[in-house]
Amino acid sequence: MSGTELNKPAEESGATPATPASKPAPEAGKESNGTQLVREIMSGNAVISVLAVVVALVIGGILIAFTDSRTTSAMGYFFGDPSATFKAMWAAVSEAYGALLRGATYDPGARTWQGRLGIFETLTFATPLILSGLAVTLAFRVGLFNIGAKGQIILGATFAGVVGFLIELPPGIHLVAVVLAGAIGGALWGGIAGFLKAKTGAHEVIVTIMLNYIAVSLVLYLLKNQLRDPNSTNPISPRMHESAMFPLLLGPNYRLHWGLVVAVLAVVAVAWLLNRSTLGFEYRAIGENPRAARTAGMLVSRGYITVMLFSGALAGLAGVTQLAGTEKLLDSDIAGSIGFDAITVALLGRSRPWGTFFAAILFGAFKAGGTSMAINADVSIDIVAVVQSLIVLFIAAPPLIRSIFRIKELRHEGV
Amino acid sequence: MKNLLLNKVKRGALVGTVTVSAMAMLLTGCGEAPPSSGSGDGTKNAAAADYLGCIVSDSGGFDDQSFNQSSYEGLKKAEADLGIKVKEAQSGATSDFAPNLSQMASAGCNMTLTIGFLLAEATATAAKENPDLHYAIIDDNSIKADNVKPVVYDTAQAAFMAGYTAAATSKTGKVGTFGGINIPTVTIFMDGFAEGVKYFNEKQGKDVKVLGWDVATQQGSFANTFEIVQEGTKISNNLISEGADVIMPVAGPLGKGAGDAVLAANKGGKDVKLVWVDSDGYLTAPAYKSVLLTSVIKTMGEAVETIVSDDLNGKFDPAPYVGTLENGGVALAPFHDLDASVSADTKTQLEEIKKGIIDGSIKVESKSSPK
Repeated sequence: MSGTELNKPAEESGATPATPASKPAPEAGKESNGTQLVREIMSGNAVISVLAVVVALVIGGILIAFTDSRTTSAMGYFFGDPSATFKAMWAAVSEAYGALLRGATYDPGARTWQGRLGIFETLTFATPLILSGLAVTLAFRVGLFNIGAKGQIILGATFAGVVGFLIELPPGIHLVAVVLAGAIGGALWGGIAGFLKAKTGAHEVIVTIMLNYIAVSLVLYLLKNQLRDPNSTNPISPRMHESAMFPLLLGPNYRLHWGLVVAVLAVVAVAWLLNRSTLGFEYRAIGENPRAARTAGMLVSRGYITVMLFSGALAGLAGVTQLAGTEKLLDSDIAGSIGFDAITVALLGRSRPWGTFFAAILFGAFKAGGTSMAINADVSIDIVAVVQSLIVLFIAAPPLIRSIFRIKELRHEGV
Repeated sequence: MKNLLLNKVKRGALVGTVTVSAMAMLLTGCGEAPPSSGSGDGTKNAAAADYLGCIVSDSGGFDDQSFNQSSYEGLKKAEADLGIKVKEAQSGATSDFAPNLSQMASAGCNMTLTIGFLLAEATATAAKENPDLHYAIIDDNSIKADNVKPVVYDTAQAAFMAGYTAAATSKTGKVGTFGGINIPTVTIFMDGFAEGVKYFNEKQGKDVKVLGWDVATQQGSFANTFEIVQEGTKISNNLISEGADVIMPVAGPLGKGAGDAVLAANKGGKDVKLVWVDSDGYLTAPAYKSVLLTSVIKTMGEAVETIVSDDLNGKFDPAPYVGTLENGGVALAPFHDLDASVSADTKTQLEEIKKGIIDGSIKVESKSSPK
């Protein structure tokens, strides 16, 4: 692929004010808006991330308190005994968040070992979130919104599944082949969006969202036909061969598997790529200002294509950790909500690899603890979704947080 | 995206609850404080107070107006009647099944109900890991274990009666059905329905056609989803425009979509009727009672309550429970508001059919019937 040729449409898009647009420049406005927002998000301070989580938890607590049946009945005689209401509220919130914390870390009261050490469940849930969060993070840094993690996860899992349950290979090699297949599957799906962006200027948000739908329908079609378990009438695949599965990290009592190690390695690799490599420098330059990067002789379109390949590969790996780590067989729901949670994780992690890592662990904790909260404190698991959504809100609306806490333009004080 | 929307709706509901609570506090906050005694109402018996009955839904959730909901209500009834404790978990995705079940085990649930064949894999694993705990799985008969009780329904029997009723009340000579996904728990309804129509044609010398399902090829109209309600409207509109005037949707929440299509068609001058499934739609989906001919009921609530109470009394038995017309596990609902549109003759014939199916003189065959 010749760089200049690829570069052409992107060049057009980059605001050439003199030429009257015979066809509208694909994204002259959108690109600068998007870039600005990405920069805005990336400039977010760690303090903002922490405060966003805290405020979201407080609001979640208020919701828990007011929807608790003890509180509502105590409110019936609020003016007779106001303290009862507050006691009931405190009891509801401390029970719920207590169960959340214990479920996500350590619960001495649980009957089984699995339940006692929830921290491992947290890490299990965090594994695909780390990888898919990295996928979004990496694209963010080049100024692209990869909303398509879901589709890339599905394609990654599908490719990995084909190798994992249709083909027999010796142990060791099999798992490596599964991992590679998953990365390739995700990369192809992400690459489509990158290619279209570079070649035609098609906005990656639209393209990746559409590709999500296509991926879901595609995998459902395959699961009904070529990939269906011959012993089942349901649209599910056969089980992965044992040799294609990630070995468990901590024995049969816990679901935690070697996928976590892959995820940590990916964090290290992406951190190196972004901060230490020439390619990463180009990525960051394009993310900061594509026009300046182009003037400096960088191939913006090549950046778009390669970053979407990498990004898709990371999301594909997330699909592999789901399939070969915990789920064991492919169904059309393999991506669950991971694809969208990945965006939140990347936002919360301020588009930094290690920030994403810790944000993913926090979200893993929400997931593991949320189940325990729902079951042991009888609080709807939707509270977790509310807290997560509030986190997005507070991060995506930094001025709001700044005004609540009177933080003045942290950006200019040096980040 | 759909999940996001759903969450938004649920979030809206939460906010609403808060507002309502705050209003309620202002309005009723003047009540008397109760005497501060710690002891609540006495528990029914000591064993029951320590008994934990737990339930894990599939991705439909406990408000699906279908089998998750009926099973959940059965367990809640057991809680009220027997004084047991209840824990519940809704699954948002397939990946939630295993964690939910392991949480239930670690909470020490004596009996865990899992709803739907999708949970079979996770239930089998959990049952193996916790041989001292009991499990019951609804709509799946694939697990053979000493601590798992499969609960299945020969729904074709009741659907046969619904098919007969539909054929007898159809004016266009065409009745229709469609499913969520082409899986046995769905197609068993469609088989029974089509067989019922066939039986009507044989007995009455008529030629009522069934649209949307072919028993011989086991193919028909499917929405390929249990979630997107509008797909139900779309398929129903197609069936109606092809001339069907009785529609039986077998697609969980998509039944609402079908109901909307029927209401709209009737507004446009047609006379289309609806057959609900799983629960008595007259009670669970009252919006459509004006067009609701009857319902094919699976009485899961009762089955669930019985299983829990047996287990509480130490009478757990891993033999599958098969709901039939005979044991009342499946039934045809009353005609309610449309009672007048079913002739007295048809009602008598339906009684005879019911007797015939129970004594075996009428064979209802479906590839999907529990063996």
